[in-house]
Amino acid sequence: MRLADAFSAARGASRAALIGYLPAGFPDRETAHELVRAMVRGGVGIVEVGMPYSDPVMDGPAIQRASDVSLAAGTTVRDAIDVVRTAAEAEAAACLMSYWNPIARYGLERFCQDFVAAAGTAVITPDLSPEEAADWVRLTDAHGIRRVFLVAPSSTEARLALVAGTCNGFVYAASMMGVTGNDAVIGQVARDLVARARTVTDLPVAVGLGIRSADQVRAVAEFADGVIVGSAFVRAVEEAHSPAAAVAAVETLARELSTGVVRGAATASENGGRE
Amino acid sequence: MHADPTNPLLASWPDPAGHFGAYGGRFVPEALMAALDELDAAHAAAASDPQFRAEFDRIMRDYVGRPSPLTHAARFGSHAGGATILLKREDLNHTGSHKINNVVGQGLLAARMGKSRLIAETGAGQHGVATATIAALLGMECVVYMGEEDTRRQALNVARMRLLGASVVPVTTGSRTLKDAINEAMRDWVTNVDTTHYLLGTVAGPAPFPKVVRDFHSIIGRETREQVLQRLGRLPDAVVACVGGGSNAIGIFHAFLDDESVALHGFEAAGDGIVTGRHAATISAGSPGVLHGARTYVLQDEHGQTVESHSISAGLDYPGVGPEHAFLADIGRVRYAGVTDSEAMDAMALLSRTEGIIPAIETAHALHGALLLGRELGPDAVIVVNLSGRGDKDMQTASAWFGLADDETR
Repeated sequence: MRLADAFSAARGASRAALIGYLPAGFPDRETAHELVRAMVRGGVGIVEVGMPYSDPVMDGPAIQRASDVSLAAGTTVRDAIDVVRTAAEAEAAACLMSYWNPIARYGLERFCQDFVAAAGTAVITPDLSPEEAADWVRLTDAHGIRRVFLVAPSSTEARLALVAGTCNGFVYAASMMGVTGNDAVIGQVARDLVARARTVTDLPVAVGLGIRSADQVRAVAEFADGVIVGSAFVRAVEEAHSPAAAVAAVETLARELSTGVVRGAATASENGGRE
Repeated sequence: MHADPTNPLLASWPDPAGHFGAYGGRFVPEALMAALDELDAAHAAAASDPQFRAEFDRIMRDYVGRPSPLTHAARFGSHAGGATILLKREDLNHTGSHKINNVVGQGLLAARMGKSRLIAETGAGQHGVATATIAALLGMECVVYMGEEDTRRQALNVARMRLLGASVVPVTTGSRTLKDAINEAMRDWVTNVDTTHYLLGTVAGPAPFPKVVRDFHSIIGRETREQVLQRLGRLPDAVVACVGGGSNAIGIFHAFLDDESVALHGFEAAGDGIVTGRHAATISAGSPGVLHGARTYVLQDEHGQTVESHSISAGLDYPGVGPEHAFLADIGRVRYAGVTDSEAMDAMALLSRTEGIIPAIETAHALHGALLLGRELGPDAVIVVNLSGRGDKDMQTASAWFGLADDETR
């Protein structure tokens, strides 16, 4: 599914899109594919496949541990693209999230070709700044791949405009200042950032970092077009005693979280007409 | 080719976006961009503020003990083909290494930006000690991230930092060395950027760090150039330094970049030997990539994952290198080569026994390089070595290597 279709489907149903993250190759190569299918069965409409990286400076302990497990088993960009294909086949909007060096090393042209061949729709690049993204913008445009960059509570108005202007998929708003998996109250900081982002872009704005419960999803769904959950899925996998239990736990969590994305009627009209 | 087409000098890099040719730039989470912009602006404002310069100069003179002396190492030179070897004595600075220059500068910048908390990464512990020192002097809170493996091999420096009032956090992720300490410091910074300045200790990382750190260390090269000219009436033939991240090397090279007659040599840690794969010779054996916020040479596998580095010297045990070094290597202005653990340890012993100066193991890599270079250039050559640090912190490693303790020699 295309990213835009996933967001408009959600909007049509008066809810926010639920975006689920899990790293490729975790807890092992085969189960990672099963987990993505389970996520989608549980109600995740947009899947973010994580490409593990040796130096994940934006990630907290849960995703660090998962990355270590995955890399120790030899996961490559090629493997991550295979999981993207599985997500697309499950009829989710299939995205890939990767720190920049693995993509750069794979080769930008080759990456774009392989990603499109796997029916991937968008790529999220947390450590690529718009200032360094000229080649990336040119090639993703040429291949029809959607770009997602992050904005943060610390982003100035000028930077919000720059970052949002470089995105053409959605804008990823960091709910707080910190790394993934933080135990924090998601609140006014995220709401303010989304409001500021809306003044500079008509793209959907999705909120991530530290969102783990249906209650938090419900709170964020009131003001954002998408709600991103990552570390909570990783923890559910970590705590499961077997691959089969992990698959069940991920589906259960996705189902639970997806109860939170439905909005009250008043808020839905507020967000109507956004693309 | 140049940052500013009207300015042909190599010393004029980086360009306004922090690039040294194809290297440098900023590859960091958006959350840090505002803080990097703030640092860049504070650094630019301070550079043209006479009060800031005066305060920096005063601390350099009255607290650090600058200018550091230039020592003629005649007995050591007799092992280097009879060349004149001059040692730039950064080991005599307060805290025992060149690292203090940068922390004084950045500490003052942090105060100027209204930050009350300093965080730092450290490998050998010299930068951590220096940061803890300036935090004490300026009355700031200080947290130092140090790989767990390094806290063991540099236990003395851990105690020094704690005595100075800093918290030392052993990092247990990844390879448990300098690279992972930097990751952890960046995570702290993303979370606490309002109150906290990340006092990065080398010329790596996202712009403007490579430029900021270089500027505060460039005092080494300026003093050296003046001291050599005054003493010998001419420029040296070569300037040598060890390179991990590359701060002491850039510090002494920078004033000589546009002196074409002066050869510049950087010596990396070849560990057990580059062919063994157990080394930290990033320029000699790495490839261009992105690590810790900058495009530079990186030790990485074919998939772009960082590879663990190995060196007997904790301060050089890093799989990246400052982007300016990557640039200077590509254009051929500086020549980089590897020195193995055992070559460095031999040079450490030789300087100790010929000159009564115990160098840091990091510095010993440069000393081995000077021996080779002296033999190549002959007795008329004048070679300056940046004696970047003293070896007290390395006594545990040296003791085990050479069998210095009674129970090991019996």
